[in-house]
Amino acid sequence: MASHTRTETLALREQFDTEAQQKDASTLGMWIFLITEIMFFGGLFLAYTVYRRWYADIFAVTSSSLNVYIGAANTLVLLSSSLTMVLAVRAAQLGKRKALVVFLILTLLLGGVFLGVKAYEWNQKYVEHHIPGPDFHFEGVAQQGPAQLFFSLYFAMTGLHALHMVIGAGLLIVLIALAAKGRFSASYMTPVDVVGLYWHFVDIVWIFLFPLLYLIDRHLGR
Amino acid sequence: MTEHIDSTKTYVLVFVALVSLTVLTTAVAFVNLGDFSVVAALAIAVCKMLLVALFFMHVRHSTQLTKLVLAGAMVWLGILILLTLTDFATRGLAGVPGR
Repeated sequence: MASHTRTETLALREQFDTEAQQKDASTLGMWIFLITEIMFFGGLFLAYTVYRRWYADIFAVTSSSLNVYIGAANTLVLLSSSLTMVLAVRAAQLGKRKALVVFLILTLLLGGVFLGVKAYEWNQKYVEHHIPGPDFHFEGVAQQGPAQLFFSLYFAMTGLHALHMVIGAGLLIVLIALAAKGRFSASYMTPVDVVGLYWHFVDIVWIFLFPLLYLIDRHLGR
Repeated sequence: MTEHIDSTKTYVLVFVALVSLTVLTTAVAFVNLGDFSVVAALAIAVCKMLLVALFFMHVRHSTQLTKLVLAGAMVWLGILILLTLTDFATRGLAGVPGR
């Protein structure tokens, strides 16, 4: 491409025609990645659905042993972190460096609170012997196997969700460092944008985990 | 795509809606709706997902290509769930001779 004489910038790499095209390509790429994540979590949700149908009675009892108020409060924490994340993206779009750093730090803190509450919940499971394994015991059900199965799925799903949160927190720390150094501007804030997409995706996973794990058998009053 | 920047007010309103739906889904869970408890919980979850995707993830300002790709993803997720459940949800319905 002999005609190319323009200098490369972060916002416009050589292989793109316009900044808008590069931005759209990044967004689409992130969405494709998130779709693989949707399919991956989808398989877990499906396994949960199948076993819940299979062992409906036992899953109703075990799922009702989770603390619904802690779950709901943690949902609110995560939703708040999504709000601060979207405000961070907005600050980046407007080129407001200070607001960007503040909102990213708030998002990181709220993510930390969520993980802290989750750790407390998991510790409760340990104290109650609700962690699948040789020490597992669930009071009041004849079949311990299906009860263990519920908690296996509970730990697999909330565990993978928490792992995504930890990765998200790591990404936020990198973003905060870069933003503080002034690496982002109104014309180039793609990393903030795509990490925002990731963070909201993790929020959406929890939006489904919360009712399916904590809520749907509550009305049976067991 | 010309970049569209939503107002802080829009985001706060969406957040208030999300919080309200969370409170609603928790409250409704204790009401005995029978099998519809699951339906209610999932309907509210889908509403929350749409709010997050359309506003926080800017899908409503996304390119047509991104929207198409997302619609395609939902179709694939639908295949995964629907075809698996046509098996597991209908086992034993017809009655197998000799069992």
